[in-house]
Amino acid sequence: MSLLTLSDLTLMRATRPVLSNINITIKAGEFVGLIGPNGAGKTTLMRAALGLLPSQGASNLARLPAPLRAKACAWLPQQRDIAWPVSVETLVALGRIPHLPRGQRPSTADQAIIDASLGRMGLHPLRTRIATALSGGEQARALIARALAQDTPLLMADEPIAGLDPAGQIDTMKVFADLAANGRAVLASLHDLGLAARHCNRLLLLDHGRLVADGPPHAVLTEHNMRQVFGVTAHFETTPNGPVFQPLDTL
Amino acid sequence: MKVALILIALCAGLFTLSLVTGFTPVSAQHSLAALLRDDGTPLTVVMREIRLPRALLAVMIGASLGLAGAAMQGYLRNPLAEPGLIGVSAAAGLGAVLTLQTGVAAAFALALPLGALTSALLAVGLILALAGPRGSSLTLILAGIAVSALASALTSLVLNLSPNPFAAAEIVFWMLGSLADRSFNHVWIALPFMALGWVLLAGLGRGLDALTLGEDAAAALGINLNRLRLALVIGTAASVGAATAVAGAIGFVGLVVPHVLRRFVGARPSALLWASALGGAAMVLAADIAVRLLLPDRDLKLGVLMALVGAPLFLHLIYKTRAEFR
Repeated sequence: MSLLTLSDLTLMRATRPVLSNINITIKAGEFVGLIGPNGAGKTTLMRAALGLLPSQGASNLARLPAPLRAKACAWLPQQRDIAWPVSVETLVALGRIPHLPRGQRPSTADQAIIDASLGRMGLHPLRTRIATALSGGEQARALIARALAQDTPLLMADEPIAGLDPAGQIDTMKVFADLAANGRAVLASLHDLGLAARHCNRLLLLDHGRLVADGPPHAVLTEHNMRQVFGVTAHFETTPNGPVFQPLDTL
Repeated sequence: MKVALILIALCAGLFTLSLVTGFTPVSAQHSLAALLRDDGTPLTVVMREIRLPRALLAVMIGASLGLAGAAMQGYLRNPLAEPGLIGVSAAAGLGAVLTLQTGVAAAFALALPLGALTSALLAVGLILALAGPRGSSLTLILAGIAVSALASALTSLVLNLSPNPFAAAEIVFWMLGSLADRSFNHVWIALPFMALGWVLLAGLGRGLDALTLGEDAAAALGINLNRLRLALVIGTAASVGAATAVAGAIGFVGLVVPHVLRRFVGARPSALLWASALGGAAMVLAADIAVRLLLPDRDLKLGVLMALVGAPLFLHLIYKTRAEFR
């Protein structure tokens, strides 16, 4: 079943196309990495897909009324905003907002999902701590847990692992891969191509607002694409420990 | 829950204290008895026509200012925001000053609050036209500052051109804010607007909670930010505009009360709404009791006392919580 369908998604800023004719379908079970250089249009693509930016073409999510969309897709923005000194548990509970009727407190079922989300991100020891007083990486994990608590078929995350320590990055990628393995789907923009190669089962390569490549990591992270799009040389090898990808030098 | 009970008890206690505080030296028991049962003495008139509306107005105005302050801080995600930021108080002040200046206020008792309310509503229209239906929180602040500056400038102009010093003095004294000599007419004028404002603002909790994560995340959580902003502006204008219309400018409540109570409700913007409404009511009741006890024969103005108490309190809070702001 397709969770995200974009057809001919195009977005113009003045006369300059920021996204040109993007066609993407994401199905349940896929952990899709969205890669591309700075300014390629990764964030714009995801926000336009959600309908947070006006665009031409069609997106199945943007068509939905906002309350229904919030049950179909969770969105983790790049800016890690936590405006008030709330506890980590309160922060994660915000993910239940679309599922709660107005003015109703979280039920035991909601609480179970909140607990599971805290557990997935290893936040049980921090649950009563004040979120704004945590380190940047801990805040990032708490915000990912918030998105998990929204409990949607599709999760879209904008650079979710930026600023995390290596264990946090790997754990987060495993959480996303696990979501996909359990019948959900994740679309995450990533700059760490090594982690993308190891954990994603599909990559989308974006350059100047165009979708340049779409496929499994080994088919996207080719020498040609690395040179053309990122301007780097790289080493890619399938080892007994899984795929290893390392950028080597700029051209 | 515990916070709610404490605040409700505090409000009830201060409300009773406000009823038994006044110029007429009568025991508390006596005055409360005269309030509940018409005993044919002037005391019943004093209680029912002077002190009861005064205490009720303190509750209504305090709740309006506290609620609007909490909503404004939640929407702008800034603990320094206050309801006056969108220019409603300044505009209401201008409307009141115009009725004083033209003498309409002297000719017809309710002209002043009605003029202030009309002016506040015009200001809201102007703000919404400036900030547009789809603007961001920043455009709202900028439009509010512009309207506020314009209203203050016009108020200054009226004072400047005021032909006689008595009118000018009357205007200045009105602007200091007070609950003295208000009647049930003031309650009935303010109540419908305030009730509308309370309903609109109290419904914002869920959206304000979501805004903790930023505007983008809140929108993705299904919150309609344009509708939220509209409800915030109209709700603030109706409740704070009505408060200013009947009592003049009373500052600091909308700023300090949410700030004090935030830590007691776990910083959740939705919980802060009702807590600040109760806290604001308690603060205005307390201040209105204090003006009567401190200088009973000098007509100390409520707005003056509030600023005198509020500013040091605010400084103390900033000092205590500066680690949080960094």
